[in-house]
This record gives sequence, structure tokens and C-alpha cells, in this order.
Amino acid sequence: MTAHPTPSPSEVIASGADLLADAVAAQAVPVTRVDWRPPMPGTEADLATVAGDPRRRDANARAVEAVLGVTAHLVDVVPAADALDLQRGQFLHAGPPIAWERASGPMRGALMGGAALEGLVGDPEDAAALFEAGSGVSLEPCHHRGAVGPMAGVVTPSMWVFVLEDPATGRRTHCTLNEGLGKVLRYGAYSPEVLTRLRWMGEVLGPLLQAAVRSVRDAGGVLDITGILTQMLQMGDEAHNRNRAGTLMLLRDLAPAMVTSAGPAGLDPSDVAEAMRFVGGNDHFFLNLAMPACKLALDAARGIDGSTMVVAMARNGTDFGIQVAGTGDEWFTGPAQLADGLYLGSYGPDDANPDIGDSAITETAGIGGFAMATAPAIVRFVGGSVPDALATTRRMHEITLGENPRWTVPVLEFQGVPTGIDVTRVCRTGILPQINTGMAGKQAGVGQVGAGLVTPPAEIFPKALARLAELAGGR
Amino acid sequence: MTVKPTTPAPTGAHVEVRPGAYADSVTLLQVSRSVQQVPGVAAAQVAMATPLNVEVLTGMGFAVPADATPNDMVVAIRLVDESDGPLAAALAAVDAALAQASRGPAETGAVAAPRTTGAALRGAPPGGVALVSVPGGSAFVEAMDALDAGFDVMVFSDNVPLEQEIHLKRTAAERGLLVMGPDCGTAVVGGLGLGFANAVAPGPVGLVAASGTGCQQLLALLDHAGVGVSSALGVGGRDLSEAVGGLSTREALRRLDQDPAVELIVLVSKPPAEQVADDIGEYAATLATPVVQALLGPGLPDLTAAAEQVLARLGRSVPSWPVAGTASPASSGRFLRGLFVGGTLCDEAMLVAGQAVGPIRSNIPLSPDLALGPDLHHDGHTMVDFGDDALTAGRAHPMIDPTLRLEHLARAAADPDTAVLLLDVVLGHGAEPDPAALLAPALLAPALREVRRPVVVSVVGTAADPQGRDRQVAALVEAGAEVHLSTAGAARRAVALLPTGGVA
Repeated sequence: MTAHPTPSPSEVIASGADLLADAVAAQAVPVTRVDWRPPMPGTEADLATVAGDPRRRDANARAVEAVLGVTAHLVDVVPAADALDLQRGQFLHAGPPIAWERASGPMRGALMGGAALEGLVGDPEDAAALFEAGSGVSLEPCHHRGAVGPMAGVVTPSMWVFVLEDPATGRRTHCTLNEGLGKVLRYGAYSPEVLTRLRWMGEVLGPLLQAAVRSVRDAGGVLDITGILTQMLQMGDEAHNRNRAGTLMLLRDLAPAMVTSAGPAGLDPSDVAEAMRFVGGNDHFFLNLAMPACKLALDAARGIDGSTMVVAMARNGTDFGIQVAGTGDEWFTGPAQLADGLYLGSYGPDDANPDIGDSAITETAGIGGFAMATAPAIVRFVGGSVPDALATTRRMHEITLGENPRWTVPVLEFQGVPTGIDVTRVCRTGILPQINTGMAGKQAGVGQVGAGLVTPPAEIFPKALARLAELAGGR
Repeated sequence: MTVKPTTPAPTGAHVEVRPGAYADSVTLLQVSRSVQQVPGVAAAQVAMATPLNVEVLTGMGFAVPADATPNDMVVAIRLVDESDGPLAAALAAVDAALAQASRGPAETGAVAAPRTTGAALRGAPPGGVALVSVPGGSAFVEAMDALDAGFDVMVFSDNVPLEQEIHLKRTAAERGLLVMGPDCGTAVVGGLGLGFANAVAPGPVGLVAASGTGCQQLLALLDHAGVGVSSALGVGGRDLSEAVGGLSTREALRRLDQDPAVELIVLVSKPPAEQVADDIGEYAATLATPVVQALLGPGLPDLTAAAEQVLARLGRSVPSWPVAGTASPASSGRFLRGLFVGGTLCDEAMLVAGQAVGPIRSNIPLSPDLALGPDLHHDGHTMVDFGDDALTAGRAHPMIDPTLRLEHLARAAADPDTAVLLLDVVLGHGAEPDPAALLAPALLAPALREVRRPVVVSVVGTAADPQGRDRQVAALVEAGAEVHLSTAGAARRAVALLPTGGVA
């Protein structure tokens, strides 16, 4: 090693007593002051244990690398029965596991509508008795079957799902087709118009999209969902509450094939026109591709022992749950919170159901609320301002492990979005992940009542931390 | 803007179509919400007349004209009763909210400070150092952030659990990084003072110090002798214990050995655990730079003597250590009372004075049987370290907050058994900006002046220290104190001033 004089530090990072930072500044050396505050109550010992886990640093580096290495391609559109081996009477739902007894209004409404869609009952209202009895029906989280579902996230065998694949590994994730806004099943509505739309999606939209996607695929084309996400983040979408640019780019990529493949699929031009009108008129259509793309990326980090990275945040309308890379399939849950936001029509806070949906997978992957800075058009959802949006994205960098070089925010000098929520940093700073969300009516059948911002219940992070500490200490 | 005539509507309902007016849906939700809050308004909705919105409005009981298009804005308001006042107020609120929604750009807002050391270090160029002084229970986590980012760290915090110190230092050793501390009060890294550190000129000496104020005493003495210090790397008081095994000492020695400016390395510490002393001695022998040890303990040379040895090794002449003012021998009282802010300085004073006066009680006693009770008082010679952990819990270090020592100084001054007072004043970065400002008036208190109790002070500092050493010394001399640069010298002098001449 070449000998050199011990250099004077170029910079000092000071946490704690300001006076010591002042003393450095007085010597004309730049000081970065850490705004340190005590960690969440009761986490000090667990934080030290986890910080001392010799696996942690490398495990987290691998987890971030794994997530960033995934590319999501749309490779097929098929019924859930085929893609997810979903049998008659089996229902997937959003969030951590839940039984009918504890299910919220919108979750019940969506399950009832789903039962009617599958022909288990004639009238959705009759389905309640079916679920109460529990005979011939079963509930399971989407996440347990490689899927994600927005809001109630109910998936039944006849619903068509997008199939996303990571070409490097062949791993796949799935999500249903988005129904649009207003009275829709995922918000717990199950009126005849809701079921009629779902049937049309099963009979026309699904088969047409399948034919189009297969036609692109078979011609050697690629439907790069990760790539569309890259572009839409530069076009004002944060890919959770705003998916307008992404939806139109998808339509651009699929439209020619929709036209050319309709005939062979037994569909006529009016079906194509109706499908294009439906997709193009539904600003949230792309959400159901953004979500499985995010899950595909995050699933790559599952099971990395020692990693403190969150791989899923999901809500079932009653509980908010997270899963962590280093703690296997365990869910850490707490009560789902009410969103703070704006209400449609004459709805108000009393009408809203607590937070629901797997869509927080977008925030888990660094977009949605985490990329608020790139979507100034929707900052007013929170009664917020553009500076609030910039501050939100910057704040999320405090609790994440890395940045996504592909998904960047122009207004922040193309800084990558904050990626990989670190349980330890959440506990250290008390900063909770910021989630953009829709609000479902708490009564079954009502549908959407508003949209806004929400955070997870704080206590689930110390719970996950305690388990990480247990696993670190037990080695 | 033209406004189409109001459609006949149910009682108290006002529906107005504004063709061509546009605002985005989120803005309109906000506008609706603010109008809903106007007194007298039962329901209000301002929306673009899209089919969905028309359906919502119809559901709310408003009759929207059939010719309204999605490019028209609908203002729908239902009043609690039919009076016109609330309607005017509600429409004014609509306009105000729409105007507010299209206001100009706001400030983009300052970037908030990072909340963790890890966040602060993200993307930081190498070559920096992290300085951690958060409460002891959280120091490990912040320090690990620094090591994870490849940075050296100084842990000023005390009360860090031993196993965490060991873990930090093992991790640092694997990565070739340096952990200074925990409980490291002083470091000079390439000329930059961290924590409590004196302003020193660069020079041939490199210090490795397990003692903060011991390090400062050497810095002050060498500075007076005209010898500069390249770096003084603190390692924390426990580093040379058997449990820690000198992990940071090794790395500090290695760093200083690599520094061509360093001709002589001085290791300042209490005597290490035997095995550690052997290991460090063995390691030091492999270095190209000579290492001298300045160990502080019974039967060993004091720090001033150690400084003189260093000067001799460097072939420099030993100056006379400065003394200012002259105290007169005590005319009353029996006991020596030492009140210190520096733990090592207190230790040294007890070792030096104890040889002459016998047992000295202390809160950091040389042997357990000499421990002082919580009132810090004893009918005998006493020396108190006000920087000890037990006396700094919930308050700043006495180098920053002199209140506690001043209280005890007043008490000792009023005690007829007090014969001589021995104090230290430690200067440098991080310390009180003007310690003499409060200490000098305390020395002029009637209890001290009337009975002429001699006061001996060691002022540990360099001429370049921000407090102005010479000004501090002058103020203390003016207040009647005799001021030494050498703490050992001050202790000897204090003993000599006792009525018995130091004979116990």
C-alpha cells in the first residue's frame, strides 16, 4: 500500500449533539447533520440485533439486485382456472388471509358478486349464506397463488387474467383485467350492470386480448410492461392512482394485433371497437399490469435469509399485512387504516371502508405513492401541493434500500424511485410508507366512494423487526 | 363565461352548467369539498358533466340538463332552506376554490435533512467520517450504517453495550475501517478535531488514545514544546481490555504507520490487559514507525513525564512547563479537594497527589474501597470527576455545562476543612466557549477570598484553541488562581500548598 499522510476528512456526517457538528463546521469542514430521532418505542434492542446480523448487508444488496434485475413481459391472457389452477368454489382475495366472519363490506360484496358470476348462486344476495356456511367455498390470498388483485381483489375461475413473465427465469405473476371506475366488483359492487360487464370481459375482452397478445408474441414481439412503466413514470403517471399514459401506451402496442386477430378469434369489428373504447376509456386499465409487474420483481427477493426488505404490502379491508424477504411467507398484520382524501358525490368519511387491496405492491416496488413527485397532476388528492409530492418521494428514500435506475423521476433530476422498503429504517425513523389508494364504500354493493392517501398501521413494522431479530439471534 | 339558465329543480337545489369551463377531476373534488363546508349548504357537487358524474349527480337528486356535455362544468348545490344568502356564499366559494386551485407555482420546498446516518451517506464520496453522538442504545445502529457505507466512524456516545462495541470493531477490522470509541471524547484526524479536541499544528507525532483528556493533555504539552501532531486517533476506554482485544488500537497503529508524516507513534492508555499488551507490543514491533507507550497507572510516569520522553525520542529539548500566578500556602483547612471535568486528569492527579497525601476518595476511585458516596463528600482528601457517566446522565458533559461543578466548587469553598482546591479547565473544539467567564467569578467568592484558600488550576489547551488559552489563563490568574499547563505539575503544587506540606 502506498503510504500517504492521514487525510483530513472531506466531510463529516454528524448524528446526535449539534454542538459537535458545530465544532466541525467551525473548522471549515462540510458537515451533514442527521436529523436523528428516537426509534419506534420498544425497537431499540431488536434494531441492534438486526443491525448486527452479519447476513444483513449482503442479503439486502442481493435483494435489491434481484428486484431490479427482473423484467416483466405480458405473455398471455387466460382464464384464472387455467393460469392459477382455480377450481369452482375457490376464491382469491386481496391482502393477508381472512375468513368471511371478519371480512369487510366491500370484500363481502365482491365475493358475493363473484359467487353469482360463477353461477354458485342466482342472486348475489343469496351468496352470504353460502359463505357463512362455508360449504363448497374457500378463500385464499391472491399472493399465495402468484397473483395480485386491486381493492377486494376477488378472483374466480372464469375471470381472465394477465400472465406476466420474467424472461430470465420464467417466473410468472397474474392479475385480473381492470373493470373501470364507479360501480365495479373490486370496490364491492355486485349489481346486474357489474355482472354484465364482467361477463362481457369474459366473453369478449379476455379472448380478444388473448388473441392479440399471442399474435404479438408469436410474431416475435415483446410486450414489455417494465418498459412501459419506465416511460409512463416520465409522463405523469405514478402507476397506482394515475395510469393514463400507461393505459394508452398499452393500447398503442396492442391495437394492431387486436384488429388483425379478432376475426380468427371469432370476434367481429364491433367487438374490437367496444374493447378499444373500454380500454382507452378506463384510465386505470394499466394498473392491473403495473401490479403484477411489481409483484414479479419483488417475488425475486422472497426467501433471502437475513434481508430486511419488504416484499409485499397488502390489505384485505380489515387487516393490513406485510411480508419480508427474510421471514418467509409469514404475514405481519395490523388494522387497516382509513384513507385521508377526497370523496365522490355526497360520500364522506363515515361511508368509507378501511384500506383494501393488493395494489400497495406498487409502493412496495417504489412507485405509486413513492413516486408521487413524478405525478403532480394528482397531488391534490391529499389536498397536497407539488412541493408535498417532491417531499413525499424524498421522504420515502429515507426508508428504502436503493434506487431504481430504470424508473426515474425527471423533476428530481432523474433520481431513481425509492426501492426496497427496509423494515429497520421504518422502525428507526418512524416514517411509514406512503400509499396512494382508492376508497371503497364500507357497505357491500356501494362501490367506490373516494380516493386518497393512507399508511400502514405502524405496529406491523416492529412486529416484523422482532421476527427478524429472533431469526438473527437464533442462528 | 356564459352561464346557462338554472334548470327548475327540487326545493333549494341549484344546478348551473358552465360550458367550456374545465378543471381536472381531483381539483373539482376539492372544490366540491370546500363548498360543502359553507354554512347552509346541504350538498354540493362541482364536476365535469361526464356520464358517470351526471349519474352521480342524478343519484344525489340533482337534475342535470340533458344537453350538458363532458366538456361542461356542472355546479350543483342544495341548500338547507330556500333563502338566497347561502347560495350566494356557496357560489362565491365555488369561484374562490376554483381560483385557488389554479394558483401559481408554490415554493418547491427545502430538502429535509436525512434521518439516519445511512441516508446521509447514500452516494457520499469516500473520504468522510461519521460522527455519532446519539444516545448509547442507538449508537451501534448509526455506526453500522457508517461501516456499511465504507466509512470510518467516531462514536462519541457512551453507554454502548460491550458486545456491540466488539461487534462494531470486528466488522470494521474485516473491512479495513476504523472505529473510534465508543465513549471516544477526542480525536484529531488529519488535523480535523472531532469531539473535544485541541487545535494543533501538523507534525511528526501520531497519537493512539484510549483516553480523551489524557490525549488532550499530551496535545497541549507537545504543542507548547513546539511539536505538532499529525493525527490523534481515539479508540475508546475499553479497547485495550481483554474482551475487545485492542481491535481499534491495531487499526489506528496501522493507519499511523502508513502516514509518512508520522515519525513516532504514542499510545496513551491505562495499562492494558496483559495478553492485549503482549499482542499490541508484538504488532507494534512489526511496524516501521517506532511506538512509545504512555501508560497511566500506579508506579508509572505521569503524562507530563511521558511527553518529556516523547520529546527526548524526537531529539527535542524539554521546555519548562508554564505556570502563571502564584498561590500562597493554605492557612487553614486540612484537605485537598479536586474538582475535575477530565476523567484521566482526575486519575492522574490522584496518582500524583496520592503518593504524598495517602488515600484520596473519589467517584472514580483508584481502588474500590476509596469510593465516594452519592453526596460526593468525605472528611478527607477528595477528587471528583464530573465527567463520569453517573454525573452526566440526563445532562451535558461538564466541559459544556459547568453548572454542577460550580455548585460543588461553592460547597467546597465554604467547607472549613478545605485547604487547597485543585481544578482542571479543558479547552478546545466542542468545549464551553469561555470557561473562565463563570469559573473566575466563582474563585472570587467571599468564602475563598476571606480565608485565602489557594486554588491551583491546570488549563489543558493550546494557544490556537478557540477559547483563547492565554486569555483564559489570564482571567483565572486575575481571580487569584495559580495556573499550570501540566496537570501533574498542578497536582504536585496543590500538595505542596497543604498546611502540612503534603505530609499525610
